[in-house]
Amino acid sequence: MSEHIVSPKVYIVIFLALMVGTTATVWAAYQNFGQFNIVIALAIATFKATLVVLYFMHARYSPKRTQLVIVCSVFWLAIMLAMTLTDYDTRTPRDSRLAPPAISHLFRA
Amino acid sequence: MHRTGELYGHFETLEQQKETATLGMWVFLVTEVLFFGGLFMTYTINRHAFSTAFGVGSNTLDLTLGGGNTVVLILSSLTMAMAVWSAQVGKVGWFGIFGKVRWVSIFLIATLVLGTVFLGVKVVEYKQKFDHHLVPGRGFDIRYRSEHPTASDNPKEIAAEKEELEKAFAKDPDINAHAQLYFSLYFGMTGLHALHMIVGAGLLLWLIKGSFAGRFTPQYNTPVEVVGLYWHFVDIVWIYLFPLLYLIDRHQ
Repeated sequence: MSEHIVSPKVYIVIFLALMVGTTATVWAAYQNFGQFNIVIALAIATFKATLVVLYFMHARYSPKRTQLVIVCSVFWLAIMLAMTLTDYDTRTPRDSRLAPPAISHLFRA
Repeated sequence: MHRTGELYGHFETLEQQKETATLGMWVFLVTEVLFFGGLFMTYTINRHAFSTAFGVGSNTLDLTLGGGNTVVLILSSLTMAMAVWSAQVGKVGWFGIFGKVRWVSIFLIATLVLGTVFLGVKVVEYKQKFDHHLVPGRGFDIRYRSEHPTASDNPKEIAAEKEELEKAFAKDPDINAHAQLYFSLYFGMTGLHALHMIVGAGLLLWLIKGSFAGRFTPQYNTPVEVVGLYWHFVDIVWIYLFPLLYLIDRHQ
């Protein structure tokens, strides 16, 4: 067996890094970065998710074909998000592209 | 189908069998990524269209409970990873009155306990939303909490919430309708995440039973590894849900 055993030390370091990331994301949410708040939040979340995939889920030590499947999942997700959001962003007439539908009559005041 | 110990007939070696099983689990997780991805996309489009309502809705969530739960869930991922390690090295130790116990059992039980704590906290959070009339439907009223404060509410907090709501209604008169979209997504996404946790808890119970029977050894521990992959995936979903649902508009 050529199985790679990840040592508890690595797991604990990754756990601490995830804790730092969680603290950073809460701290960043209370700062006003304007439009960049969401970008920073997603960047930190993606960094944390990458650590989990590489070390907790052993992707770094997996065979190449498993790594290919992992990369494909991100790629297909990117296709779904990019194509759909492009569609929403280029609807014509442009003023109706993301306009809220008129639904207020369905609710009591 | 013939079987030698834990090695099934159609595999050459245990290593090949394990690689096949983890590859299969990853293929399943790809479908899960796209499954949750659709919800995250719905969230993105609606948040863009109704940003005021989403900000107001997000600020009603309890950051202490949500942040605490994030720590609990990441800790449960650590114990799950440690369970995989314990199985891989076959560690056994003495645990007081319980005598000789395999470490894999201890870490699996710890993971189950932490997962249950997470779900318990989620119940408390859902109860708050029901109490505050923030469940989508006829009874939904974003103003309810600020207009019906209870003795335990901080008057300053209530006054701040009132002011925030007044500003929000000035920006978006239909906010009571649009905030329901936020809460539909909140309940839908956290509910689906919780459902995955419940399935994970069932899988953990099955693993714990197997670990007490001594099923997982340095030679064969594929079930622990595969359930571990699932558990960490559910953790990743929460890593995205937490900032997207709880931290939209905290800096105002």
